[in-house]
Amino acid sequence: MTRNSNLLDRAADAAAVAAKYCDEVDAQSRFPTEAMQALKDARLMGIMIPRDLGGEAASLRDIAEVCALLGQNCASTAMVYAMHQIKVSSVVSHGADHPWHRAFMACIASQQLLLGSSTTEGGGIGGDLGNSICAIERDGDEFTLRKDASVISYATQCDAILVTARRAPDAPGSDQVMATLLKSQYTLEKTAEWDTLGMRGTCSEGFIFEGRAPAEQIMPQPFAEIAARSMLAHAHLLWGALWYGIAANAVSRAQSYVRAEARKKPGQNPVGALRVAEAASMLQLMRSSLNAGLERFEKAQLANDDLNSMSFAIDMCNLKIGSSRLLNDIVQQAMMVCGINGYKNGTPYSLGRHMRDAMSAPLMINNDRIFGNTSNMLLVHRLDQRLAS
Amino acid sequence: MKTVIRKLIEQHGRLPVAMSTLADGQDLYAAGLTSFAAVQLMLGLEEAFDVEFPERMLNRKSFSSIDAIAACIAEIAPQKAVA
Ligand SMILES: Cc1cc2nc3c(=O)[nH]c(=O)nc-3n(C[C@H](O)[C@H](O)[C@H](O)COP(=O)(O)OP(=O)(O)OC[C@H]3O[C@@H](n4cnc5c(N)ncnc54)[C@H](O)[C@@H]3O)c2cc1C
Repeated sequence: MTRNSNLLDRAADAAAVAAKYCDEVDAQSRFPTEAMQALKDARLMGIMIPRDLGGEAASLRDIAEVCALLGQNCASTAMVYAMHQIKVSSVVSHGADHPWHRAFMACIASQQLLLGSSTTEGGGIGGDLGNSICAIERDGDEFTLRKDASVISYATQCDAILVTARRAPDAPGSDQVMATLLKSQYTLEKTAEWDTLGMRGTCSEGFIFEGRAPAEQIMPQPFAEIAARSMLAHAHLLWGALWYGIAANAVSRAQSYVRAEARKKPGQNPVGALRVAEAASMLQLMRSSLNAGLERFEKAQLANDDLNSMSFAIDMCNLKIGSSRLLNDIVQQAMMVCGINGYKNGTPYSLGRHMRDAMSAPLMINNDRIFGNTSNMLLVHRLDQRLAS
Repeated sequence: MKTVIRKLIEQHGRLPVAMSTLADGQDLYAAGLTSFAAVQLMLGLEEAFDVEFPERMLNRKSFSSIDAIAACIAEIAPQKAVA
């Protein structure tokens, strides 16, 4: 149940548009223009922003619910929306006392801007977002930045990109900052196509990013703070929410399939019914852990230090690993139920797109990389043995 | 105590700069301490001072400078801090 049904009502129209164009977006690997426009028309881009800056101060839980709804209809649209909100969360969490970013928040809300993200870098960095090769170069009151950005989703469609880089040319790789650059302040030279199995509508192509902007557009906090306090939780919870949406839709298709079978042959349970029951139990696990994650985040927000703690980081990493694995197991299970009708495209039970979209989840920041991080933390962190936390 | 801490940072911190250039209050993360190296440093400190860092100290802030580390150790093992 959501506490803000108004947002969900507004998202329902966008979800219907997303569903309508979903197969086309997937087949052509194109940006979900219609659904993103519908989200803007419903004024859902700036909802996380504080009210005094024109937003609605929506909670992460509310936004997660919107992502889950979109995920049921078009995973690419849901991912674009989630990535945008993850970027907005950094501006909201760390820009409140920063004049440029306050004004920027007001623009996001009034103009329904779409924000993109550039953390991933070529040259061996990949998804190791705590490290950069590229560096901010100060030039009077301005700075320049050139980044071999090997993946930026919807880069040519967004209005601003938040980019990570080393603080200065002589700073170590882990001493990073994040800067916001507006569309008019950078150029993008395409270096890689996005012809992938799934998440095709995210258009996550590679670019050489080159920008120049006033120094006030660099966030004052170290990026490590931003990553720990806003990005980690928002990314893993919103990704998890939309992955839940994909899984829920797959189970719903499997359930419809079995129900149709049962109607045809009354008196005997279809073989697939058992697998639907099994998928439903996995879906419940996914849903419970996401809800527990949202609760954990809400608690951590109140106790300031908790957001920076190892236990919180481990919880959020485990949530990402767990939900990305469950998603793939669930879709696989649904495919077994629907059989050839799931395998074929263009049937009411088709699951090919779900499966292809789902396969991005364990790779989007590789689960093995995340396990590498948590295994390091678990050398010193002791797990909470209690049932309730 | 700070001499021991410095030696451990030198051993485990994998900093790109010489320890002698770092003041006690200086930000170790800005000097290049990664989260991976921070955990290795914690393990080294636990071994050297025969302590276990409680959960509430397992965060970035606790290990952000030589002073911050010294304060943590002084708090959990006051008798060792004088040594
Ligand atoms: C749909 C989608 C949209 C995306 N959008 C964006 C975007 O908008 N902006 C952006 O910046 N990025 C984006 N990305 C990229 C994403 O952030 C990751 O960079 C990408 O998924 C690769 O992650 P990786 O380097 O962890 O994994 P891989 O490239 O798969 O990692 C390479 C290998 O390194 C191994 N490995 C594990 N641990 C370590 C370790 N500690 N050190 C080194 N290697 C290790 C892994 O097992 C893996 O085999 C997107 C990705 C996807 C799938």
